[in-house]
Amino acid sequence: MAETMQFDLVSPERRLASVTAREVRIPGAEGDLTAMPDHAPTITTLRPGILRVVGPEGEAAFAVTGGFAEIGAGGVTVLAERALPVGDMTRAVLDGYIAEARESLEKAKAQGDGTLADEAAKLLADMVAMGDQIGL
Amino acid sequence: MPSLKDLKNRIGSVKSTRKITKAMQMVAAAKLRRAQEAAEAARPYAERFNAVMAGLASSVKGSDSAPRLLAGTGSDRTHLLVVMTSERGLCGGFNSSIVRLARARIAELQAQGKVVKILTVGKKGREQLKRDYASLFVGHVDLSQEKRIGYDTAAAIARDILARFDAGEFDVATIFFNTFKSVIAQEPTAQQIIPAAFEAAGAESRLYDYEPSEEGILADLLPRGVATQIFTALLENGASEQGARMTAMDNATRNAGEMIDRLTIVYNRSRQAAITKELIEIISGAEAL
Repeated sequence: MAETMQFDLVSPERRLASVTAREVRIPGAEGDLTAMPDHAPTITTLRPGILRVVGPEGEAAFAVTGGFAEIGAGGVTVLAERALPVGDMTRAVLDGYIAEARESLEKAKAQGDGTLADEAAKLLADMVAMGDQIGL
Repeated sequence: MPSLKDLKNRIGSVKSTRKITKAMQMVAAAKLRRAQEAAEAARPYAERFNAVMAGLASSVKGSDSAPRLLAGTGSDRTHLLVVMTSERGLCGGFNSSIVRLARARIAELQAQGKVVKILTVGKKGREQLKRDYASLFVGHVDLSQEKRIGYDTAAAIARDILARFDAGEFDVATIFFNTFKSVIAQEPTAQQIIPAAFEAAGAESRLYDYEPSEEGILADLLPRGVATQIFTALLENGASEQGARMTAMDNATRNAGEMIDRLTIVYNRSRQAAITKELIEIISGAEAL
């Protein structure tokens, strides 16, 4: 069994990471999951959260706000709409995300769309939880 | 025959024009490099995204539950043309070539009796289309305040388009932009974004587990796909614009140089003619004594 696999994290604007990893902990939309080499091929959407990569050279963590992950035979590819190394994540950036999420929640409520409002509320909660996790 | 002073002024003004075009060319070259880097950096995302989408789309396409963004509204009566051009001029045929392609498409669609709506991105295309098609305009996106095209810009345009789609304003959306081939070649391109068109994927894509369901993921990803395609188009357009401007300014600089040479020759000749004339006057005056 392979010890490591290829891990790529790409955002629309640039490639953030391309390393070998032993395991990748992904904040999936339906719960966290850990991908290790030879994981069954899976595609999952992401919720805002912390993505952790454990590799031979150590551990790295990224804050992602959504997108999807593809776990395939070759490794793991995460396509995140917005992603930042946790070290670069500041209160101000997070506040910006939270404010944005809150705004869309208000908008959804104003439109009276129940499912949309639920989704927005969940997004907001995830954003706040992410902040707690980083310890900001 | 212009006077010597006029000629001198003329040469001076052409020289300063040449300085300006030379500077613009160098600025465009620097911006082009940045734009190309941005376009290259965005490529991995778009490629992976399209690969996954193509796999998903091919496995859902046949079923009745396929989302409208993929399957379409079932009609193709109303077309939305998103014409992406630059905010600034002085870039050769860059804007005209996009507009020409868009015009051809408009004429073709109207001949088929379809309803055409136009959304313009960038000021220049709007100005060119305004004369004939002002009544078809449904909106305009102003990019003049954007220093750097980011994904957020593309996402905002995508949101606008999707809101119009959900409101039933159109059935088919096509974007018009220039694909960057090289510094001297840009190719005007029309790309259909709604309903989404993906190349058929290989069979391997069907082996994936999907979390949540295939339909759920697809519903989540399709709007992002629209944003990704618009983002790619904006970046291609940005690189093309700078490439076109660089070429245009290079030509302008060369033309100015040639013009200066020509004017200098005329200037020197007339100066010499004036001197000769004076000499003749003096000599014939002396002989007459």
